Amino acid sequence: MHYLVNAGILGVEVNTGDIIFQLLAFIILMLLLSKFAFGPLMGMMKKREEHIANEIETAEKNRKEAEAFLNEQREEMKRVRQEAHTILENQKKMADQQGQEIIQAARQESERMKEAALAEIEREKESAVATLREQVASLSVMIASKVVEKELKEEDQQKLINEYLTQVGENK
Amino acid sequence: MEHHAPLVDFLGLTFNLSNVLMITIASVIVFIIAVIGTRSLAMRPTGMQNFMEWVMDFVKGIIGSTMDWKSGGRFLTLGMTLLMYIFVSNMLGLPFAVSLGEHENLWWKSPTADPTITLTLATMIVVLTHYYGVRMKGVKEYGKGFVAPFSFMFPFKIIEEFANTLTLGLRLYGNIFAGEILLGLLAGLGTSGALGAIGAFIPMMVWQGFSIFVGAIQAFIFTMLTMVYMAHKVADDH
Repeated sequence: MHYLVNAGILGVEVNTGDIIFQLLAFIILMLLLSKFAFGPLMGMMKKREEHIANEIETAEKNRKEAEAFLNEQREEMKRVRQEAHTILENQKKMADQQGQEIIQAARQESERMKEAALAEIEREKESAVATLREQVASLSVMIASKVVEKELKEEDQQKLINEYLTQVGENK
Repeated sequence: MEHHAPLVDFLGLTFNLSNVLMITIASVIVFIIAVIGTRSLAMRPTGMQNFMEWVMDFVKGIIGSTMDWKSGGRFLTLGMTLLMYIFVSNMLGLPFAVSLGEHENLWWKSPTADPTITLTLATMIVVLTHYYGVRMKGVKEYGKGFVAPFSFMFPFKIIEEFANTLTLGLRLYGNIFAGEILLGLLAGLGTSGALGAIGAFIPMMVWQGFSIFVGAIQAFIFTMLTMVYMAHKVADDH
């Protein structure tokens, strides 16, 4: 019962001093905490929040930049590949053409050489024929003189001519 | 077993010196914990800073579950102070009680085991809700809250305010006071003899553990209800 009386529950006595002290204590505690503990804590948490937001923003920006760079590189790569392809193609074409030219030149050269050889042969043949003709002429002269020299009979003459002709054939 | 309070009259006011002492001790402990927890603030929290940030997030959660942050943010300090102060107060009476003098004056106890203290806190909260209700919504809107949704609700609304105050204060008082009474009884049993000591030891441990739980829960409930009442008054619709 004394508890209740002292506590003022039965309305006998109210600790007015306690009420005022508790109020003052709580208000002072709240002010002190807000100034020395919660205020700085809140500030730090806010700062961290901003820091994290900043970091995220930066990361996002970096990512975008990297992506753009990657795209650029990809484009460049494609371009370079295309270029290399073109160059290769050109080289191939040029090599083909060159080969063709070389073959053409060789063919022409061989043609020329063949023609020269043919001409030479012709020339040799002509000179040979000329020589032969000369010899035939001189032989004829020789035969004629022989015939004139010896008055021979018809048969002998015939025999002689044949003999000479055979000689000529052998001489050739 | 009967305890008395060390009452002193001063300037026409009655002081219970035990309450004065315990309020001071609880306040000082809360202040020390908070200052140690926020002494070396860093971007990367460690140790006690983690704990304090957890408390802050916890109270933020309480506020966030009752009202939007734009109107509730200003009650963060109030909520944290309430939570820590009431929790520490509840814990103070657990390890021992000290009574001194020829009247067995009870000196060491939970300040929240006194209805004067809890009702003072409860009244303070309810008065604050009215204050913020007027300040944030204007007299007209505030007054409308008493006749919404129907005008015949007015008497109930008035009763509700007093009921809120009483229940808020007495719930806390009752839980802590009952815990201390039972602890006192068990302690009395424990000191009555060898058999009593053996019999009282295990219930004592169990009840102390339970009292820690109750003390934490009551601190949470007090803070939660504070924010609920506050939200009632300051939120646009609830």
